[in-house]
Amino acid sequence: MIKVWKVEVAVVGGGAAGMAAAAAAAREGASVLLLERNTCLGGVLDQCIHPGFGLHRYKEELTGPEFAFRLHTELEKARVEVAFSHTVINVNPQKPEILAVGPNGLVRVQAKAVVWACGAWERPLGHLLIPGTRPAGIFTAGLAQRLVNIHGLLPGRRVLILGSGDIGLIMARRFHLEGAEVVGVAEIKPFPGGLLRNVRQCLEDYGIPLFLRTTVSEIHGRDRLTGVTLVEVDEQGKTIPGTERFIKVDTLVLSVGLIPEIRLLEGFLSCDHVQRGPRVNSFWQTEHPWLFVVGNALVVFDLVDTVAAVGEEAGRFAARFACGEMQGEPCVPLKRGQNVAALVPQAFIPGEPARLFLRVIRPFPKARVKISPVYSKVHLGLRPAEMVEIRLSSEATAELQRCSEATVEVHPQ
Amino acid sequence: MRLVCIACPLGCELLVREDSGRVLVQGNRCTRGEAYAREEMTDPKRVLATSVKVLGGDYPLVSVRTDRPVPKRLIPEIMAFIRTLRVEAPVELGQIIVEDLLGSGAKLLATRTVRRAD
Ligand SMILES: Cc1cc2nc3c(=O)[nH]c(=O)nc-3n(C[C@H](O)[C@H](O)[C@H](O)COP(=O)(O)OP(=O)(O)OC[C@H]3O[C@@H](n4cnc5c(N)ncnc54)[C@H](O)[C@@H]3O)c2cc1C
Ligand code: SF4
Repeated sequence: MIKVWKVEVAVVGGGAAGMAAAAAAAREGASVLLLERNTCLGGVLDQCIHPGFGLHRYKEELTGPEFAFRLHTELEKARVEVAFSHTVINVNPQKPEILAVGPNGLVRVQAKAVVWACGAWERPLGHLLIPGTRPAGIFTAGLAQRLVNIHGLLPGRRVLILGSGDIGLIMARRFHLEGAEVVGVAEIKPFPGGLLRNVRQCLEDYGIPLFLRTTVSEIHGRDRLTGVTLVEVDEQGKTIPGTERFIKVDTLVLSVGLIPEIRLLEGFLSCDHVQRGPRVNSFWQTEHPWLFVVGNALVVFDLVDTVAAVGEEAGRFAARFACGEMQGEPCVPLKRGQNVAALVPQAFIPGEPARLFLRVIRPFPKARVKISPVYSKVHLGLRPAEMVEIRLSSEATAELQRCSEATVEVHPQ
Repeated sequence: MRLVCIACPLGCELLVREDSGRVLVQGNRCTRGEAYAREEMTDPKRVLATSVKVLGGDYPLVSVRTDRPVPKRLIPEIMAFIRTLRVEAPVELGQIIVEDLLGSGAKLLATRTVRRAD
């Protein structure tokens, strides 16, 4: 017999987003069940042992596990029920009903609202179509981080990192501190993918070179990686013949992007083609009003503080929806205009305060961000690695009432 | 000289000049940037985060960090010393693993809890 669990709000995923959402929903008075496939909470925070978390939320610079501990304490105070070792395997497209596998078999969770907070997965080697062999010694950065920081295993001695996102930069430092030789970080774009502070404190501090406009064009080795070929690329991202050079390494670490984990929802949710997360309104609600999506499952955020803040908002709205205080509200769609890459939410609820997050497609020293007719402001130092957050008051979004849609644009100044 | 402030994620790009013995800083969005630039010009410091081997724990490692920034020049030595350490489980979050790291005055603190494996 399948066990049936009835709650008002079910939260899937116990990382920062899920913990914050669950605690907030419980504080609103809803009965909350948090399902987590792991035996502990925290998600990716658990393996991020470096400092850099919590400056906004706790006004202190914490490490990942310390930040997770604080959120966990909030969760315990709010009396959230947690189902550890429960992996969600199906979400009913018609109604808020979830199927999960736990230590005692299948569990059916009947809820009134669901908050999806399953994080993101790392783009693997298969996505890159790099020619050559497929030997041992190739890791995604998050996996390497797990091996080093949780299991105490060093994946290799001479390492090249492909991709200069924050995870790649942080792993460059980690490998260096643990005694491996990091020959460099290769980045195909003309600018680093991660935060400048991480370029400074992870690479420059330890003399690790950053090769911009460079990528790996071939993998060598039979059983274990013996080396890679690096090649330079031009403005169009095409490789420049004659610039190939062989580098001897036993380990290649890929830090080439995260993709929102929504595979169980893809069949019945429309997704954004740029960030590959679902489309949501400013209540973080999908086209199925009972289904909310938060954290890296929505869009890959830079900062856990933002993840927790958005999770909290969604948790509150989910509790209100579960109690029947909220319906699917009419929305004004928000479109991506010039120079905008990632963008959430993709619709506003007029007359409600809203938060908007976007990434620019390339660095702009000075640019005007415009959402006609409600927002126009000059921003300094916009970079793709740093999400721009814009807050709109309820008065501002009320002006959208008369519009059939709004567009966000970034114009260099 | 150009520097990136690492005191918060905004990562302001600082322009640092020396003018008759005084350090002048431009480009910082808050006062911490100025303090950072001054220190960076004299004796750069960093908070060090790493892990220490645990004996008899439900995890093989406990993550640790220094309770304050330590001089960057000491980091290789500190890492070599930390590699020789072993702590007995259980370890509590915030527990002091080392009182004074190689005379730097910094404590090494556990940043997670590790229970005893039974
Ligand atoms: C290497 C790295 C460095 C970072 N550095 C910083 C930093 O310095 N400062 C900062 O502020 N932020 C940093 N971040 C960002 C921040 O940590 C993340 O954005 C945030 O923790 C993501 O939280 P999340 O809850 O969305 O996802 P996750 O933490 O990934 O949580 C998702 C959870 O869902 C669970 N799950 C997934 N699928 C299922 C399922 N089917 N059933 C049940 N459970 C499931 C997973 O087990 C996991 O616990 C960093 C991130 C990384 C990866
Ligand atoms: S100067 Fe202030 S705002 Fe700018 S990066 Fe440093 S701490 Fe952050």
